[in-house]
Amino acid sequence: MTAPKQEVSLGMPQLPAPAYPADVRVRLEADAKEVIARYPDSRSALLPLLHLVQSEEGHVSRTGMAFCAELLGLTTAEVTAVATFYTMYRRRPSGDYQVGVCTNTLCAVMGGDAIFDRLKDHLGVGNDETTEDGKVTLEHIECNAACDFAPVVMVNWEFFDNQTPESATRLVDDLIAGRTVEPTRGAPLCTYKETARILAGFPDERPGAVEATGGAGAASLIGLKLAKGEAAPQARVVSPRGEAPGDRPQKGAEHLSSHDAPQQTSASDPDHPAGPAAEEGE
Amino acid sequence: MTLAAEIDQNGTSPEKLLTPVLSAFWDEPESWTLDTYRRHDGYEGLRKALAMSPDDLIAYVKDSGLRGRGGAGFPTGMKWQFIPQGDGKPHYLVVNADESEPGTCKDIPLLFANPHSLIEGIVIACYAIRSSHAFIYLRGEVVPVLRRLHEAVREAYEAGYLGKDALGPGLDLELTVHAGAGAYICGEETALLDSLEGRRGQPRLRPPFPAVAGLYACPTVVNNVESIASVPAILNRGKDWFKSMGSEKSPGFTLYSLSGHVTGPGQYEAPLGITLRQLLDMSGGMRAGHRLKFWTPGGSSTPMFTDEHLDVPLDYEGVGAAGSMLGTKALQCFDETTCVVRAVTRWTEFYAHESCGKCTPCREGTYWLVQLLRDIEAGKGEMADLDKLNDIADNINGKSFCALGDGAASPIFSSLKYFREEYEQHITGKGCPFDPAKSTVWADDKNAHRGVNA
Repeated sequence: MTAPKQEVSLGMPQLPAPAYPADVRVRLEADAKEVIARYPDSRSALLPLLHLVQSEEGHVSRTGMAFCAELLGLTTAEVTAVATFYTMYRRRPSGDYQVGVCTNTLCAVMGGDAIFDRLKDHLGVGNDETTEDGKVTLEHIECNAACDFAPVVMVNWEFFDNQTPESATRLVDDLIAGRTVEPTRGAPLCTYKETARILAGFPDERPGAVEATGGAGAASLIGLKLAKGEAAPQARVVSPRGEAPGDRPQKGAEHLSSHDAPQQTSASDPDHPAGPAAEEGE
Repeated sequence: MTLAAEIDQNGTSPEKLLTPVLSAFWDEPESWTLDTYRRHDGYEGLRKALAMSPDDLIAYVKDSGLRGRGGAGFPTGMKWQFIPQGDGKPHYLVVNADESEPGTCKDIPLLFANPHSLIEGIVIACYAIRSSHAFIYLRGEVVPVLRRLHEAVREAYEAGYLGKDALGPGLDLELTVHAGAGAYICGEETALLDSLEGRRGQPRLRPPFPAVAGLYACPTVVNNVESIASVPAILNRGKDWFKSMGSEKSPGFTLYSLSGHVTGPGQYEAPLGITLRQLLDMSGGMRAGHRLKFWTPGGSSTPMFTDEHLDVPLDYEGVGAAGSMLGTKALQCFDETTCVVRAVTRWTEFYAHESCGKCTPCREGTYWLVQLLRDIEAGKGEMADLDKLNDIADNINGKSFCALGDGAASPIFSSLKYFREEYEQHITGKGCPFDPAKSTVWADDKNAHRGVNA
């Protein structure tokens, strides 16, 4: 395993984060005050404010964190502690489109692992890496509450249901080529920065965005249609449990659970890693 | 035997077994709008609730027997009753829409298709507990749902269901939609409150319970989306109607989410107590040519079942008596092509990733479980590892700070109980005997198996 590139630490404290340019600062401050006003206690605005600064730069920078700290009367340490806890905050520049493949158990088994592997190959990037043109950041994600549409891929947190390696490959090709891409559930894609602004609590003003893709996906309606006598089941196979599997031994089959390497949570000394030593894995 | 004959024989016609209430009009073209909701008796429950006194309203919901749909099954009305009245402090309602439990996929489609049922429930609940500010804590990773919630809240303000004098003269109600930022632990109610206060989402010591010292140390009710969204129908159609479904201790209707290797994955709204066999029978069963191997009744944190449990009534008592928990009614079904060790390893990696780090048993235990499981899956395990797995899980279960740890132990215990042989095969055979390609949705397309059992 190669350690991520890091600047050599000279033992000097970091310089304070540079401030936003004045015009950006004025705009963000007005937005931030609107967010803060929604809550009885200003600190509650921290998560939306981190989404807001992410909508400015595409990631949560030191400048963004310092901005949040100043507006909420917190220390940058307090803000950093929060920003590093939640997975949706990116801490380095990333792509316009975040392509997340669900590899939690159900989606993984149904084909999510195969989709993720195909996309890594196709894009030439690993988990949490961005294509050279800065368009697509690929990552594997946890269960996104769409198991009845498995395997699921999320792009900028819009649903792309019932994917296959082929459909997912086409999807990323379209994103890279700049073609219009529409999810199966959700609005036509906007950039990651624009998505982050919605997450900060500012409604999507694009005409048709709320209405896009209708009331419910097909799987959401299956019970309702059965109850109304509108759909007929196709097959019935609930056979008793048979003997244990074992007739298809595939010794040394590829290990599929190894792409969940721990992520760095804060600046640390790579020469002196903390935590349990991995002698079992050696 | 034809399908129709079989259905008649078992008395399992879907029209009789399913009871769409929350999902009743999801198929309408603009199901999420206030107009559509009103055409389906929307905000009628609220009208009836506002005609009652808050105390009577709490008693009514309590009498209906509605229990929490987020996993624990705590009676909703009782939660409301715990809020101290006349204490001079603000009261808060916080709706837990942080649906992240692996397998769980009911609140997200509900909010996407019918957000007003939640908003109406919120207004009713706030009137009951005398709250003037409610929050919806929605997980951040579902922007399409966030859009619909923003719009529904805007509509509700415009129509006067929220805002000034919403609950009567001088009784205002504010509703804030709050998007989370990616953390499973925030589904735990006290971690959710810390997160909503702008902190790392880590659980709090209880007592004090949120009903006494919750958000901003004020009395707070934290309810699941589906629990609150079920309240308007109870008010509108009556508690007796509600109690006519399900059992005495588990009354009412609920959303069952069927997923995995089944012919008809999706949402099925039915009275509590329906069985997986009934749901599979009406929906086409397992995918053609395959059989059920293992399943979860309520997400990955509930001990898994096998095909021995097809007839367990899916209500709080029935599932509990069979050794698991109803949880979120997330019925993830896996067929015989699925490696149980692979499934459990992946769930355990999830718990290790999502462990908040506050308590040692969970933080360290989930880490070591992952190391052992990865070795076993890769054919590098030893027999002694199986007891070690069990031992570590035992040191997490009941000894961790919150239920995340208990959830992490569940798949370990239950898979070792039902599938120990399969673990042993991985060890003696020095590898996984399964081909993951056979488990995929598209696996059978190439083999022309499709249609054989149709």
